[in-house]
Amino acid sequence: VSGSDPRVLPVDQSIAESDLIGDAAVLDDTWRDKPGLWGWLCAVDHKTIAKRYIVTAFLMFIAGGIEAALMRLQLARPENTLIGPDRYNQLFTVHGTTMMFLFAVPMMTAMGLYFVPLMVGARSIAFPRLNAFGYWTYLVGVVFLYVSLFSNTGPDTGWFAYVPLSGPAYSPGHRVDVWAQLVTFTEIAALCGAVNIIVTAFKLRAPGMSVNRIPPFVWAQLVVAFMIVFAMPAVATGSTLMLAADRAVNMHWFNPAEGGDALLWQHIFWFFGHPEVYIIFLPALGMITPIVETFCRRQVFGYTAIVAANIATAFFAFGLWVHHMFATPIPELGQSLFTAASMVIAIPTAVQIFCWIATMWAGRPRLTVPMLFVLGFLFTFINGGITGVMLASVAFDKQAHDTFFVVAHLHYVLIGGGLMPLFGAFYFWFPKITGRLLGEALGKVHFWLFVIGTNVTFFPMHILGLNGMPRRIYTYLAPSGWGPLNLVATIGALTIATAVLVFLINVVRSLRVGDVAGENPWRSSGLEWATTSPPPSFNFVHTAVVHSRHPLWETTVELEVVSGLRTDRREILVTTTFDAHLDARALGPEPSIWPLYVALCMGLLFIGSIFSPYFVLAGIGASLLGLLGWGWESTRDVEVERVALPDGALVEQV
Amino acid sequence: MHSLFDPASPQARAVASLWWWMAGVGGVIWLGVAALAVYAAVRGRGTRAADDLMHIPAESHRRIEHVVTAGVVITVLILAGFLTYDFSVGRLLAQHPQRALTIDVTGHQWWWEVLYEDPDPSKRIGTANEIHVPVGEPVQFKLRAADVIHSYWAPNLNGKRDLIPGYVSTLWFKADTAGVYRGQCAEFCGLQHAGMAFYIIAEPKVKFAAWLAAGSTPPDPPTDPALRYGMRVFMSSGCAVCHSIGGTDARATVGPDLTHLKSRSSIAAGMLSNTRANLTRWIENPAAIKPGVRMPAVPFSPADREALVSYLETLK
Repeated sequence: VSGSDPRVLPVDQSIAESDLIGDAAVLDDTWRDKPGLWGWLCAVDHKTIAKRYIVTAFLMFIAGGIEAALMRLQLARPENTLIGPDRYNQLFTVHGTTMMFLFAVPMMTAMGLYFVPLMVGARSIAFPRLNAFGYWTYLVGVVFLYVSLFSNTGPDTGWFAYVPLSGPAYSPGHRVDVWAQLVTFTEIAALCGAVNIIVTAFKLRAPGMSVNRIPPFVWAQLVVAFMIVFAMPAVATGSTLMLAADRAVNMHWFNPAEGGDALLWQHIFWFFGHPEVYIIFLPALGMITPIVETFCRRQVFGYTAIVAANIATAFFAFGLWVHHMFATPIPELGQSLFTAASMVIAIPTAVQIFCWIATMWAGRPRLTVPMLFVLGFLFTFINGGITGVMLASVAFDKQAHDTFFVVAHLHYVLIGGGLMPLFGAFYFWFPKITGRLLGEALGKVHFWLFVIGTNVTFFPMHILGLNGMPRRIYTYLAPSGWGPLNLVATIGALTIATAVLVFLINVVRSLRVGDVAGENPWRSSGLEWATTSPPPSFNFVHTAVVHSRHPLWETTVELEVVSGLRTDRREILVTTTFDAHLDARALGPEPSIWPLYVALCMGLLFIGSIFSPYFVLAGIGASLLGLLGWGWESTRDVEVERVALPDGALVEQV
Repeated sequence: MHSLFDPASPQARAVASLWWWMAGVGGVIWLGVAALAVYAAVRGRGTRAADDLMHIPAESHRRIEHVVTAGVVITVLILAGFLTYDFSVGRLLAQHPQRALTIDVTGHQWWWEVLYEDPDPSKRIGTANEIHVPVGEPVQFKLRAADVIHSYWAPNLNGKRDLIPGYVSTLWFKADTAGVYRGQCAEFCGLQHAGMAFYIIAEPKVKFAAWLAAGSTPPDPPTDPALRYGMRVFMSSGCAVCHSIGGTDARATVGPDLTHLKSRSSIAAGMLSNTRANLTRWIENPAAIKPGVRMPAVPFSPADREALVSYLETLK
């Protein structure tokens, strides 16, 4: 045992040697969540939590999809009477809210919570209990919104909830309160996920995985986690402190009659709302790189450019919120700055697209389903990107703003840029999560139905918008001439629904009779493929030592590993932020009920606050009690012990 | 009649040309890059056996580098060209005329209040949901919101402008083709956001002047006893609580001004054509046509309703 060898941690001599040998049975005993209902409620394994997130978020995708299908049925012909305005307004509000807050962001976060620890070669996520707390908070929000919808209290002022329409004077009752508090739940959950991903990506990377070797998906998740940290507080402040306070205790933040400002809400909302798009979009781009690399059998062209593009996008994303407000009385000169910023942000995305095409060009692509979805992404997203640049023009946006042109644009961007890579990622990583491959034949049916359905639904909407059809209308008159194209769009929507149904059948079928995947079915290069499928509770028997960006493509023999981590307790290896030198040995927490308890108390606080301020006191009191319990557990479980290593010991070796 | 593709003002025309340029260039880029991607994905299939070659060889790497750099530079140049073009159109739209006919437009849930200001109060004209403008003259709208945010948008004439409580926004255009142009509220404003349309009637200057003159003279009070009874129904049954009719005691401004109701082609903010039958239907139960509408269904006897409609039909 030598202090200067990167692969061997200095060990307290009193520990039995048997506890240091990578023994799967001992490790599983240490890391496994406990059995039974209580164990289920106390689970902290990041893969368990992430799977719950993925399943819940996908259910939300289906719910949002059903809402969309209902709206399309209503709009299929002029003066249709299937759904009245009251129900329609709830549907489109809940559709937008569900897709943005309860599906897209949690789903992207969930993929990160599952894969970031695996990709960086860690035993666990940085803060497992915080992670569980994030999920429970999110679940409370999900249940809350849908119970409200089914009791005819669904929010009905749009997912953007513009004041004064959403204020106390024009939206009495509790519908908007539901929206404002739902946002709070999802913000808290997103922040928990973001903090976890930042610390995991910075501190738990395998030795040798310096910043220039971080997998592109982890980079994307890291960048997005920072975006969440900066963007979410804006909307949390706006919705929880300001809108809810306006509604509950007449704070008049947004009431012009009392010195408030109705436009202020739009600034706050879009300061969050625009980065939100990139919070969905960047992780999706991060999924594309490993898919392209794996199926073209080439290292991606322009790793540095791709990472830099991610970071640049994140910066610009905070500088173009006003392009959602070009029709407001903001002066032209001020608006032109945001026009320029909105165009500039197209450049980093173009860089990434060219890099992927170059990788395909240089490689030998195999058109598997994930790869088809990458092509689907390029075809669909580029259209959305181009209409996005068009909408950056103030003059054109004043025509197209708040019309079906924008509906077309945003769905091309979010379905093309978010969903298609996500579906590709499902096919790519499904074998890792479940141990079985998804069927290729059904996958191809799913792909073609989905791409065709998307374009048939949304392409006609460009023309509808330019022909004068505004957004968020529950009906239109026959002389408008909007009927035929709306019917086409509805047929397209039903095609999308069929595609999703095919995907679900594929999932159910593959879970039962799909081909067994093995460790690395695609012969991919990332560390997540260096363990069994599905991964064990402790992720890896041994912690790998990394020498390149593509650990599994570089070694012809077994991966080099670190020894010296104890297996009889939850020891995690901590490395330095930039160079990933050995830094410390941390002890992770045991399963705990407190995350669930505190999440429920917060639910009591925020949901109760709609009805009576006393619930705020009760919720805070009960939460504090839970946090005490949580903290007491931490004093028992969690410790961090610095590893005594000479500086730079690792870097010479790797 | 309601489209960006059919511009009727220099302002809308400039934006329409901008659109066609963007659509042309954008379409070429879209299909070009997509075709490139598909070609890149299928060209090398099965031809090269170098499956274990994970690195891109240095020499082809350099070549690819040049191509990718060129692609990015072209992207930047196209964006720069587009930005310049856009700013020039923006500048054209932002150049407000020295002098223009100013019309006050106020958005309500869910109709448009229109007021032609005049220093002489007797020449002030109030109307609703139909805005007459002269062809060839610059017109400026002063836009306000009475309750929630609305957005004025008549695509044939110019882009949209939000009406925000606490703000006065302006929008101007110069119609150069006579015609009737439909517009509709573009900012979600509640239950009847879909039922909030309006018409811009662009007519030659002489005709417009005649309309303006007629507008400032209220119709004569009816002399026929049946019509006088209808008027009494209007004044005593709650109609006058919200509506005004010039030359009478009805001066409320909650609902649309009805002084020249029958000079308008539609009622209920563009939802129904202005026929006697539709007017009757509307008064009978407004919510059946516009669910959520603020106007209540007043329980008239059939005879009273007939008399009321007959009176309203005289408001030419």
